[in-house]
Amino acid sequence: MGLLYGLIAVGLALIFGLMDVVNFAHGEFLMLAMYVTFFLFTFFAIDPLLSAPLAAAALFVVGAAVYLVIVRFAMRAKANVGMVQIFATFGLAIVMRGLAQLFFTADYRSVPNSWLGGKTVSVAGIFLPQPQLFGALVAIAAFGGLYLFINRTDFGRALEATREDPGAVALVGIDKNRVFALGWGIGGALVGLAGAIMATFFYIYPDVGASFALIAYVTVALGGFGSVFGAFAGGIIVGLVEATTALILPPSLKSVGIYAVYLLVVFIRPRGLFGSM
Amino acid sequence: MDTNFVERRRRDLITAAGLAAVAAIVPLFVKDVYVQNIMVLTLMYAALSQSWNILSGYCGQISLGHALYFGLGAYTTALLFTKFGVLPWFGMIAGGLISAVIAMALGYPCFRLGGHYFAIATIVIAEIGLLLIQNWDWAGAALGIDIPVRGDSWLKFQFTRSKLPYFYFALALACVAWFVTWWLEDSKWGYWWRAVKDNPQAAESLGVVVFNSKMGAAAVSAFLVAVGGSFYAQFVSYIDPGSVMGFQFSLLMALPAVLGGIGTLWGPLLGAVILIPLTELTRSYIGGSGRGVDLIVYGTLIVLISLALPQGLVSLFSRSKAKGATR
Repeated sequence: MGLLYGLIAVGLALIFGLMDVVNFAHGEFLMLAMYVTFFLFTFFAIDPLLSAPLAAAALFVVGAAVYLVIVRFAMRAKANVGMVQIFATFGLAIVMRGLAQLFFTADYRSVPNSWLGGKTVSVAGIFLPQPQLFGALVAIAAFGGLYLFINRTDFGRALEATREDPGAVALVGIDKNRVFALGWGIGGALVGLAGAIMATFFYIYPDVGASFALIAYVTVALGGFGSVFGAFAGGIIVGLVEATTALILPPSLKSVGIYAVYLLVVFIRPRGLFGSM
Repeated sequence: MDTNFVERRRRDLITAAGLAAVAAIVPLFVKDVYVQNIMVLTLMYAALSQSWNILSGYCGQISLGHALYFGLGAYTTALLFTKFGVLPWFGMIAGGLISAVIAMALGYPCFRLGGHYFAIATIVIAEIGLLLIQNWDWAGAALGIDIPVRGDSWLKFQFTRSKLPYFYFALALACVAWFVTWWLEDSKWGYWWRAVKDNPQAAESLGVVVFNSKMGAAAVSAFLVAVGGSFYAQFVSYIDPGSVMGFQFSLLMALPAVLGGIGTLWGPLLGAVILIPLTELTRSYIGGSGRGVDLIVYGTLIVLISLALPQGLVSLFSRSKAKGATR
């Protein structure tokens, strides 16, 4: 579960690191990915395992579009840039939730009998639910892929360079908007993957994103904004803390542990665990 | 320049008094209970947003967890009243003081955090408060508290026959929040806050006690919001954790200020006057189907206004007045 949190959070971390923007519609991206998975399963009987890349592709397009249509303009604001981007993306989140209610109704849906759903696997005598385990594997693979992408490809380097100095990058002929749109696309694709996997073991409804979004913010901030590795580590910590809290406190309070750890960490290290700024 | 400023402040005060007087007469002509209800909510949100604006707008510490103080006010009043029979007026003051103290206690560690770390800490703290109340059986847990009707009087702050008393209290609250802002704007504190917002390091070097001024803003802001919460509890006579302490509520409180103009005297009021009736009307006219159209309209407006007018609707007025002036 922790690695899945990491996977949800890493897209957020990428976007933040790239341009100092927190996407308050991140949870709604997740919700959308879960619906995409649900409909592919219901209408075309495509198992979430196979549709995960499709969900990722769909959310890539959504992410890039959101950047080009909304965030690009939010960043141009001359005053209150921080507030403008918070409320522009928050407004988007409300619209997405409204659209989900309108088109998909407020009913709870699930993906029954997927290849992964409801099965467990025994690893060294411990029974682990398959979807979560698979999610962890996908998350590790996605992190590896992202790491290579950022460090080994031209586009990755452009991404990194734009993050460090958008002005200088423009001088050498890199289109800032294309790079940022790509960053948002990748952020979307990552949460798309996470959504597809989560659809196999979690109910799908218009507000589902909200609860995960807050955990994603905590995960990112815990690791330190802008640090992709931090988001990964933050995810693992959040997962462990949640599991530990569940042993001590009633299930309805399990998030308290996560929040408390976040506060503790930032009070001691105000930039998060791996933040460098 | 100086005389202009004094002149402007006097004009602000006269305008506010005029508006308040007009607002006070309106319900004598508008008898429709539904409309009166919207007016009460509009004034309440104006007061809340104005209070939020003190910490987040003037002092620049973006709080997305003010629902905590609203909930504290509502719960303190409701619990004292239902469990011990303490009059809501005392509950209101108690709630305000508790909130102010808690805001300062939380500010102590939180004000060292910058930007997004601070904002997320405020969300997380409010969320912890929400979860604790939801699991606190004595306080009604997730079901909330039904406030019993024990009369119809100003003493008990309960009115069953008419919404007018609630309206006048909400108006008074909005006036107080506005006046406190007006008064602080030109005080030592107001200048400190703007200095802290613009450049904390420079402010510190000029002898502004950054930390203390943040604490002051937090206390005033939390106190006023908690009084709003106490009022709300009496007004709707039923509260539950999700509706008074949820994250959504923190944002709802901030929105009027953001849309109207953050860190401005008139922004929160203007934002509330436009936003709240709009929210209520879209909810009742097109949201009745429960199919989310109201959310779509509402969300689209937020996106458009925040993109088109980053300084808020107030900037429309100031721009036309100071034509040719560079922004």
